[in-house]
Amino acid sequence: MRTRRMIHILATATATSSLLVACSGAGGSSSSGGDGESINVLMVGNPQMEDIAKLTKSTFTKDTGIKVNFTILPENELRDKVTQDIATQAGQYDVATIGAYEVPIWEKNGWLHELSSYADKDTGFDKADLLKPMVTSLSGSDGKLYALPFYGESSMLMYNKDVMKAKGVTVPEHPTWQQIADIAAKVDGAEPGMKGICLRGLAGWGELGASLTTVVNTFGGTWFTKDWKAQVNGPEFKKATNFYVDLVRRHGQAGAAQAGFTECLNAMSQKKVAMWYDATSAAGPLEDAGSSKIAGHVGYAYAPTVETKSSGWLWSWAWAMPKTTKNADAASKFMLWASSKKYENLVGEKLGWSRVPAGKRASTYENPEYQKAAASFGDITLKSIEAADPANPGVQPRPTVGIQYVAIPEFQDLGTKVTQEISAAIAGKTSVDKALNDGQKLAEDVAKNYQ
Amino acid sequence: MTTLTAPPKTAPPPSRRRAPAQVSKWKRRFPLLPALVFTIVVTQLPFVATLVISTFRWNILKPGERQFVGLSNFTFVFTDERLRTAVLNTIVLTASVVLISVVLGLGLAMLLDRRFVGRGLARTLLIAPFLVMPVAAALLWKHAIYNPDYGLLNGTLNAVYRLFGADNGPTIDWVSSYPMPGVVVSLVWQWTPFMMLILLAGLQAQPGDVLEAARVDGASAIATFRHITLPHLRQYIELGVLLGTIYVVQTFDAVYTITQGGPGSQTTNLPYEIYLTMFRKFEYGEAAAAGVVVVLGSIVIATFALRTIASLFREEVSR
Repeated sequence: MRTRRMIHILATATATSSLLVACSGAGGSSSSGGDGESINVLMVGNPQMEDIAKLTKSTFTKDTGIKVNFTILPENELRDKVTQDIATQAGQYDVATIGAYEVPIWEKNGWLHELSSYADKDTGFDKADLLKPMVTSLSGSDGKLYALPFYGESSMLMYNKDVMKAKGVTVPEHPTWQQIADIAAKVDGAEPGMKGICLRGLAGWGELGASLTTVVNTFGGTWFTKDWKAQVNGPEFKKATNFYVDLVRRHGQAGAAQAGFTECLNAMSQKKVAMWYDATSAAGPLEDAGSSKIAGHVGYAYAPTVETKSSGWLWSWAWAMPKTTKNADAASKFMLWASSKKYENLVGEKLGWSRVPAGKRASTYENPEYQKAAASFGDITLKSIEAADPANPGVQPRPTVGIQYVAIPEFQDLGTKVTQEISAAIAGKTSVDKALNDGQKLAEDVAKNYQ
Repeated sequence: MTTLTAPPKTAPPPSRRRAPAQVSKWKRRFPLLPALVFTIVVTQLPFVATLVISTFRWNILKPGERQFVGLSNFTFVFTDERLRTAVLNTIVLTASVVLISVVLGLGLAMLLDRRFVGRGLARTLLIAPFLVMPVAAALLWKHAIYNPDYGLLNGTLNAVYRLFGADNGPTIDWVSSYPMPGVVVSLVWQWTPFMMLILLAGLQAQPGDVLEAARVDGASAIATFRHITLPHLRQYIELGVLLGTIYVVQTFDAVYTITQGGPGSQTTNLPYEIYLTMFRKFEYGEAAAAGVVVVLGSIVIATFALRTIASLFREEVSR
């Protein structure tokens, strides 16, 4: 009898815990209003999105009467959900945040509503003010906009100015990767437990894959040639990967194979590393005295290069409207508002100018208030975004548009698997050569679909 | 299920005596039918759907290209190197987690079986890891314990080194250096309480007079354990191993959170590989085929494992 009761308790406990897990996965509300006065928005859980969720009710809903139901998910879960929702035509959402990677692919599949007509009609929106690389990366093959940028970013090098000064090192404004490797060797161990540089080592096409691909580009490599020949074990790709893995193994952060954007942000702001190459949008949190030990002591330089003039990536979180929506008008009003100058000013006035979702409009960088708040990094951010050329990021022509990814549906899988192997090389569990030779086979399989 | 099959029409009419019995049987069963239908719908239809999907080449990122491909997805499942690695990892992971936690659980259960002050509190604390949500537990291990910068393991090491005058201890990257043991240890932490509970129930159901008789006969503690307690615990251990295996085979949270299946594919188990196929590759057909193979494999292994364990213990008893 006692046993049976025990088992019963166990079963209940197991069931409860799995229920809890199930609950933690769901989030937000999803009531669908067919009257055009209520829209469902699915978005990634970044600070800028948390801000808009807070501000919408008291401003947008008050002015227009349109109720906005937000669902906020972490990036990986968002991608899973948004892809499923749109690809299966489930039509649960009227607006979703997607990135520059998804736009051309989904546009081709006919899943997205074009937005140029809405943007042209809205005189206050000022489409001409949007930065050109943003427009290019969010446009479809017909030249029309298929997503409106919320904020944009490139990549750059961030460094601890105090450490550089103590070691007598000057970081050039336009460094080469060789210079950065030399500096990393010099400043490694500058303080007890401090490493030279933080570079993403966590597997994933959007993690290690993003950083590494910009290095591959500037070393002269590419994933695919213009006529879809896989180049993953080509000499330039190999040279770049060897350089990257070697640098991070010698002078990189502790736990490199598990470190992505978040881990590096942490290592940099807690003074565990002297330099960090990553997204320009990292500058905001690094300069936040509340969480960062080096706020006000960060120096910024352009993304290091080798053979190309610039090497920064280009990314934006942007609002897109699935074709399945029944509330196109209300949804477009929300998207236009969220991407407007008016909204940027609202954030600046209500929450502070450093929290403005920047990187998409030229006017942001002409705003004196923003200039003051972003004095140390605003200029580099803007110039890096402007210098980024998604159509031609390397030394040879590409088959698709995109800097730190290849804009084909297979890349999510290919990039994840290849970076898993490279991450293993960073952990010392395999060699770069083996990782890239395995990757080449996967890439050749993918290329077959396009030749 | 068999109760549902109506007698074939061509069969000879049932004898008069049995007919009323049949009718009354059906009268009794009829109210249960909706429940049975419901159960079949919610448990069996999804599996049938999975079987159907597994015969298609279906990538949801490429609309309009879905096509029937027969069993080629299964060919892929059996020939893919990554899936073979995943099968191997799943076996290593499951076997080591279940065996280690049974042994540890047995030890703890024996300790808890004795009377001591604060036993209730100790029991509650020991059960706690099992009640932590899998994701939360995995995050705890990844960050609070394994992290090379601020984790407990390296922190303790550094403190010990400093005690002896060194500047800083070694910075060991636990998850990258020992990926599989890292995942196994965190899962053992979660599953030991489960095994402990089952075995404790077994120990407490042990008849006291038998133990007393053994003591009177002068049997040593080890002999008593080996010849009386262990055979008595047989079915409890079987139960623990079986339930543990079924659950640990499905481990996803720990792999996803702590190692992301890496480095490389050193800790990629089947559930994680299927997840990647489903949500990175979006190949529904391949994922479904892999899922079907996993279900069949689980059934075979569970049956086989149960028989082996049962026969092992039968020998022990007969000796």
